[in-house]
Amino acid sequence: MSWETVIGLEIHAQLATRSKIFSGSSTAFGAEQNTQANAVDLGLPGVLPVVNKDVVRMAVRFALATDAAITERSQFARKNYFYPDLPKGYQISQMALPIVGEGVVRIVMPDGTEKNIGLTRAHLEEDAGKSVHDMFEGSTAIDLNRAGTPLLEIVSEPDMRCAQEAVAYAKHIHSLVRYIDICDGNMQEGSFRCDANVSIRPKGQSEFGTRAEIKNLNSFRFLERAIEFEVERQMDVLESGQEVVQETRLYDADKDETRSMRSKEEANDYRYFPDPDLPPLLVEPSFIESIRQEMPELPTVRRERFVTEFELKPDDAAALTADRTTADYFEAVIAGQAFAPKLASNWILGELFARMNKESLELTDAPVNAERMAGLLNRVHDQTISGKIGKQVFDEMWSSSDSADDIIDKKGLKQITDTGAIEALVDKVIEDNPSQLAEYRAGKEKLLSFFVGAVMKASRGKANPAQLNAMLRDKLKP
Amino acid sequence: MIAEKNVDLTEKDVKGIAHLARIGLEEAALAPLAKDLSNVLTLVEQLEAANTDGVEPLAHPGHSSLRLRDDTVSEENQRETLQSPAPDTRDGYFLVPRVIE
Repeated sequence: MSWETVIGLEIHAQLATRSKIFSGSSTAFGAEQNTQANAVDLGLPGVLPVVNKDVVRMAVRFALATDAAITERSQFARKNYFYPDLPKGYQISQMALPIVGEGVVRIVMPDGTEKNIGLTRAHLEEDAGKSVHDMFEGSTAIDLNRAGTPLLEIVSEPDMRCAQEAVAYAKHIHSLVRYIDICDGNMQEGSFRCDANVSIRPKGQSEFGTRAEIKNLNSFRFLERAIEFEVERQMDVLESGQEVVQETRLYDADKDETRSMRSKEEANDYRYFPDPDLPPLLVEPSFIESIRQEMPELPTVRRERFVTEFELKPDDAAALTADRTTADYFEAVIAGQAFAPKLASNWILGELFARMNKESLELTDAPVNAERMAGLLNRVHDQTISGKIGKQVFDEMWSSSDSADDIIDKKGLKQITDTGAIEALVDKVIEDNPSQLAEYRAGKEKLLSFFVGAVMKASRGKANPAQLNAMLRDKLKP
Repeated sequence: MIAEKNVDLTEKDVKGIAHLARIGLEEAALAPLAKDLSNVLTLVEQLEAANTDGVEPLAHPGHSSLRLRDDTVSEENQRETLQSPAPDTRDGYFLVPRVIE
């Protein structure tokens, strides 16, 4: 039988606030256990939650970035369950009236095809604390620093049909939340977490199959592998005549498999009800308008602009706009310069990225800033140096604070464009290699590169390649 | 889990509710509690008689809306004070009986 996969994702994006969603405790990562958990976070009697304004601002930014509806009066609700790292016995979340309603994002697959993915909703909620089971014999240790950290849970429609689409969607949201400055996207620290709802159905059937929810997907690679494993598992189950059970499954990266998390078959019953401590959250049109004014250009729009305004190839434009820092860097390099944007794009995606990868650096920590990069590209553009020498200058710039001009002067790297000087070198090389000259003239034209290399070497890389080529061709003619 | 029309809770319903609330009940308490809870639901059931056509669902009485605070860290570390009433702590952690096998 031929099967179709159906995937929906729930993404928890930790909002990049300084303080928690309902209290003035710090959200800084990595603090000593329980030093950032106050009476509100601990759920002590008599405390009242007070909502952080920036959390609302960030949810609205997300809504504006995804053409989503904004609920004018949304409501917080209590989701009731017992677990030691949830001291109140309930998580404050949103149920019937989430702050962000239906929206849509347009994803681009690696092969360039595009697809719209619907967003069902996005709601605000607080994170729980952390349980550590293997630290003390016989006890579970609880750290409540994370309790009350603001999350935006972004729920997609079941619009994805393969693991690769799910990854493209997750990457799109990951890029978007960083672009609009609402989440740092750090997956290792848990700032961006994915759960996948996966089901399969016979091709052509319109009803969905029974789904499994896979948790613990803290990288895009795990997301892809977990979905692929789960699809295979469900096919095996159905093809052997059994039924898929609706359940939560955990992805185990070491074993590359998913396994059931529930020991009991009872369905969760969270008994949601509106939180009496929190009256409706009112989002005024004027508030939305003020946020609209401060929105940055979105990645999709910027990518298209890079193609039309700067005549970049779509995949280069996509690479440059994948995150805001790179796109800003690119625009800072080319601002007011005579060289083609394409030159800057090649150097950033080529030399700069290669060097950053090699040293595991972020662009913000790269030693060659936009201004110095522009200085280098100006010299390549006006042919003071060749591209090849440019790479040598770039290397020097990486380990010093000198400008490209200083390095070119100091090291005497200025390209030789003086016809007379090049001619002298060409003549000398031809004279020194009579047998190659004879072979060339006898028709072995690929020896041209031998001569080019020899002259280049004699000039210590500084001869202008175009001039050199033209002159050699001329002189080598029988 | 609670049927809207039929408000006769069974002992099984009561067990389920008690489990969700982590309340331990003696078997003997189930039957009287089922009766009491059914009576409460029957009382509330009278609301069903009200005509709510065209009435927006109300999550909260009154016309107030949320007051928002600025995003500033106003709390200091009070771990020692806050952990003093806890039954068991170690190295700054709260300790609870182990929750997984």
